[in-house]
Amino acid sequence: MIRLVSEPIDVAALTAGTFIPDSGGVVSFVGAVRDSTRGRRVVRLEYEAYPQMAESEIAAIVRLAKERFGEVEIDVVHRIGTLLPGEVAVVIVARAPHRGAAFDACRFAIDTLKQTVPIWKKEVYEDGEVWIGDRP
Amino acid sequence: MRIQVRFFASLREAVGSSNGELELESGATVREALAALRAAHPKVSDARFAVAVNRGYAAESTPLAEGDEIALIPPVSGG
Repeated sequence: MIRLVSEPIDVAALTAGTFIPDSGGVVSFVGAVRDSTRGRRVVRLEYEAYPQMAESEIAAIVRLAKERFGEVEIDVVHRIGTLLPGEVAVVIVARAPHRGAAFDACRFAIDTLKQTVPIWKKEVYEDGEVWIGDRP
Repeated sequence: MRIQVRFFASLREAVGSSNGELELESGATVREALAALRAAHPKVSDARFAVAVNRGYAAESTPLAEGDEIALIPPVSGG
């Protein structure tokens, strides 16, 4: 399941969920908004997405993970809009018969999402704001 | 031919709009579209971005067709 949402993510519901019959290992990544970056206090984050392309790029990541790591199910939920420090921006849950593939697929999914998926975050500080990624 | 253009994030703010339209010669590629966009929006010339056509990453040589959607993708920062 791949979803972009605008409301708070129910992390417990996603990470507990209904276990598929052969999922011996379930690995979750939960990405939350930090309250500071390089010493600057973050007031809020604004996430923006190119929705149709973000979903298809995430789907491509899931397909690639299955090719690399074998039998694995991956759910990805990413929130867009305004988020405050401490709120959850993304949850990735990987389920596989054995834990190796679950760990590998979960790691691969978040690492690759951060490189290819058209989602952007703007950090807003007390004294300025910046779109992350634009500075080399 | 007419194509749709989408701007996101820092480019959206720099250009002042999230979308627009371009008229191009038939047979135009992404390269010609970018040249037209840079001419129309100087801030685009200063920016770094990847390009997507119809929601898939594209190269400068990718050909365009009537009704295509081209998106300028600044460095991503999801997750």
